Amino acid sequence: MTANPMLPEPFRIRKVQKESYDTFTLELEPLNRPDPFLFKAGQFNMLYVFGVGEVPISISGDPHHPETLIHTTRAVGTVTKAMRQLKTGDVMGIRGPYGTSWPVDRAEGYDVVIVAGGIGLAPLRPSLYHVLEHRDKYGKVVLLYGTRSPDDILFRKELERWRSRFDLEIYVTVDYANPGWRGNVGVVTNLIPKAPFDPLHTMAMICGPEVMMRFTAIELLKRGVEAPNIYLTMERNMKCGIGFCGHCQLGESFICKDGPVFALPEMQERLNQWEV
Amino acid sequence: MDTKTLEPILAEHPFFKDLKPEYLSILVGCASNVRFEANEMIFQHGGPADKFYIIRHGEVAIEVHDPRRHVIRIQTLRDGDVFGWSWMFAGRSSHFDARALILTRAIAMDGECLRGKFNNDHSLGYEMMLRFTPVIIRRLEAASMQLLDIYK
Repeated sequence: MTANPMLPEPFRIRKVQKESYDTFTLELEPLNRPDPFLFKAGQFNMLYVFGVGEVPISISGDPHHPETLIHTTRAVGTVTKAMRQLKTGDVMGIRGPYGTSWPVDRAEGYDVVIVAGGIGLAPLRPSLYHVLEHRDKYGKVVLLYGTRSPDDILFRKELERWRSRFDLEIYVTVDYANPGWRGNVGVVTNLIPKAPFDPLHTMAMICGPEVMMRFTAIELLKRGVEAPNIYLTMERNMKCGIGFCGHCQLGESFICKDGPVFALPEMQERLNQWEV
Repeated sequence: MDTKTLEPILAEHPFFKDLKPEYLSILVGCASNVRFEANEMIFQHGGPADKFYIIRHGEVAIEVHDPRRHVIRIQTLRDGDVFGWSWMFAGRSSHFDARALILTRAIAMDGECLRGKFNNDHSLGYEMMLRFTPVIIRRLEAASMQLLDIYK
């Protein structure tokens, strides 16, 4: 992080990867920074498209390879739509890394269950990289991934590669499909009752739309996973990224500073509250 | 068919877990072994909804026909899953299509037969409702999430 946390650092786009019709990945390298961009799995950066605006985006790359900064996002708003137009060699501003991280250290000795919905796989990918890098420290590792349709599957090639491993269980499901799809159809929560993990010794990490996280947490609790061992990442309108402006306040928490990753007991009540 | 052989199969299935042996003995009279080849239709939209199925081994897709989008697959089911619940009321028809995706072995439970048994023994009927209702609730929750299109 720079001395002034509000000052973006220039990063050059090394590669643009189209993931689906509306999702893309940017690989970035620093222009001036002599040190690698160290971050923890689950943290986010503020990405600045010059002349357009700044948005918070989770880091989707490997924490063990900080020489390349990777972000994956959907083109849904003014800034991310402008970001999608950027090309290799273009420069953008980065502030960060900010926020709390996935409990990859606390999860050592436990089965790890990662439940991702849609674009939510991107913020979880660094935790999976970490767990696979230190595979011996964990019990069973299970990724449950649900998305809208087969065309929306994120990191498809990487998922296919991971599926070939003997020490990782991956289950993918889509909400609907044409008959050509040979995989699971149904919501991601349907995968939880039969997923191979020991609920009493499981650390779960969830990322996706809030409705999906709420139902996922309910299913994990039903299965017997303890609430303090369930983590999720929250999203709100972040502006400063450092807890000054208050835009991302949720109850007594600032999502940018106290989150975005929270243990379920910190958020359980708020997930069920209206207009918070 | 020798229905006696189905009793231990029913007893092992998660749907009938811990069901009293005397109830199993009654229910087995409504059960039959069925087998579907890959791509074979199990039931179709508009057809009589007079059975429910318990998958022993295999994979089944629940599909909807939409003239604009052809066939839309909305759910896949595997070993241990149960499908078809319109049988609870006489004269109902199926709202969806069910298709075996691979060779599938299942137990078909005859709806008319079951309704007769439940009329004779309300406790058995109540016990079965306790098992069916969570299946229905889970399906409705899943359908609600799909309708919300939360990943859009």
